[in-house]
Amino acid sequence: MTDLTRLSAAELAATLAAGEASSVEATRAHLDRIAAVDGDVHAFLHVNDEDALATAADVDARRAAGEELHPLAGVPIAVKDVVVTQGMPSTAGSKILEGWIPPYDATLVERIRAAGLPILGKTNMDEFAMGSSTEHSAYGNTHNPWDLDRIPGGSGGGSAAAVAAFEAPLAIGTDTGGSIRQPGAVTGTVGVKPTYGGVSRYGLIAMASSLDQAGPVTRTVLDSALLHELIGGHDPRDSTSIPEPLPPLVEAARQGALGDLSGLRVGVVTQLQGEGYQPGVLARFHESLELLTKAGAEVVEVSCPSFDYALAAYYLIMPAEASSNLAKFDGMRFGLRVEPTDGPVTAERVMAATRGAGFGDEVKRRVVLGTYALSAGYYDAYYGSAQKVRTLIQRDFAAAFAKTDVLVSPTAPTTAFPLGEKLDDPLAMYLNDVATIPANLAGVPGISVPNGLSDDGLPVGFQILAPAKADDRLYRVGAALESALESTWGAPLLSRAPEL
Amino acid sequence: MSTISRDEVARVAALARIDLRDDEVDRLAGELDVIVDSIARVREVATPDVPATSHPLPLTNVFREDVPAPALPVADVLAGAPDAQDGRFAVPQILGEE
Repeated sequence: MTDLTRLSAAELAATLAAGEASSVEATRAHLDRIAAVDGDVHAFLHVNDEDALATAADVDARRAAGEELHPLAGVPIAVKDVVVTQGMPSTAGSKILEGWIPPYDATLVERIRAAGLPILGKTNMDEFAMGSSTEHSAYGNTHNPWDLDRIPGGSGGGSAAAVAAFEAPLAIGTDTGGSIRQPGAVTGTVGVKPTYGGVSRYGLIAMASSLDQAGPVTRTVLDSALLHELIGGHDPRDSTSIPEPLPPLVEAARQGALGDLSGLRVGVVTQLQGEGYQPGVLARFHESLELLTKAGAEVVEVSCPSFDYALAAYYLIMPAEASSNLAKFDGMRFGLRVEPTDGPVTAERVMAATRGAGFGDEVKRRVVLGTYALSAGYYDAYYGSAQKVRTLIQRDFAAAFAKTDVLVSPTAPTTAFPLGEKLDDPLAMYLNDVATIPANLAGVPGISVPNGLSDDGLPVGFQILAPAKADDRLYRVGAALESALESTWGAPLLSRAPEL
Repeated sequence: MSTISRDEVARVAALARIDLRDDEVDRLAGELDVIVDSIARVREVATPDVPATSHPLPLTNVFREDVPAPALPVADVLAGAPDAQDGRFAVPQILGEE
């Protein structure tokens, strides 16, 4: 019998629709896989087994009754713990939300439930999505399925590891500076950051509101397109949500898989390669460019000089917005409340004691940084100046997209590093996101597609960026690259991952 | 040598309502230099003629009809509160003694 955990989401959906397996069988297969391997991987913070099986049984009954179902109905999914889920713990990887059960669903969770996808559980992450390795989770490390002694990327290391370890065919991530795409690169999975406003932020526990965006984490480009179409589109509860309908994404992925990119102009960003990028990462990058050329694309070099300032601008804007967003975790209305050990028990002193006890080191660092940048006398010089760099980066993107259809780069400069290696060096940790941050600052969409193994035998990702609201181009080019790579390899990259 | 003093870190942490231990203040005083370095870097190009961008995509204000819609049940909301009383959040003393 087919191992249901090894199928892509599209294949599993077809298997369910053909009546060759039930959603209960598929959901149970994934729950069994979680029970077997998650002790080693630790991708999940909460496993939602009973509720997932109940959803699966309901979908099976509706299918048996001949009801028309969503194409992904019955296909299980994992959700990053920064997304609120009614009746299910949602900690965002923080002790300050330990035990809190949200009274409502995020819009994207509502859409997942309405379509009948069983939710397998909530995935591990850096606390409040602050990190690039998932080592800043208050609930322990997630391990990379390719090498359990290495990081799975971050902040969405749990979602990427769950999908890479065949614990879930689909997962939800969020990306503020690369937290979907960089974990995708280092685990050999596909990750998409949609156009800002393309997927509702209602019900995401915010880090930096002008940068945060939720998106798909999957094993194939087509699966990301299917999930993106399910969760995306306008939501009146998010005032930054784009009112126009999404472009046809699944159609773009299917068309791209045919392998013809004639007439497509691909821009290689000069600033996103070279120094700091491992030779193996660059070697795979150049091989992928050759495959795009063979498929008919024209590859040109484009310069985006302001990208050199993106990291500095990001590390002013992100903490400033985070310090403001995290002010609500004050021990008054939900979550942890800690009373001071001595002195009067006033609200102000309870807030400070609660935040001192409930936040981890990286969160404290960024909140203090952001508070400093926003404090009297510094606001214009810090936040204001960083916002000017944002303008310059948007201008660079506009100029580059006037000459090209998509821009490309390696997703991350290195493969997965050993756990603990960069934990005491925040600046080295931040460099992981050097290629992914410009897209967040400009609001443009990006995808990471696995494009091979480096010399150390670990996966590498290829990033494709498109103009805002042209997410369909990610899927067309991503699917074309994926199909060219897989015909070279003879099998998907993840078939080469070690047995767990 | 860090540019941001221990006192400055303690002042900002108080503004942010975070109790820090002494060793945390020491560590942060060193690490906050990243912001000084970032601002020096950003200032190389953030000249007066460049307008600031606050949002990635152009936005216009969003209006909707002012009609009542269902809200979350009070009991559900208070179920996650550290303390509640008479259908309200119960919080520690807010005003001083005098």
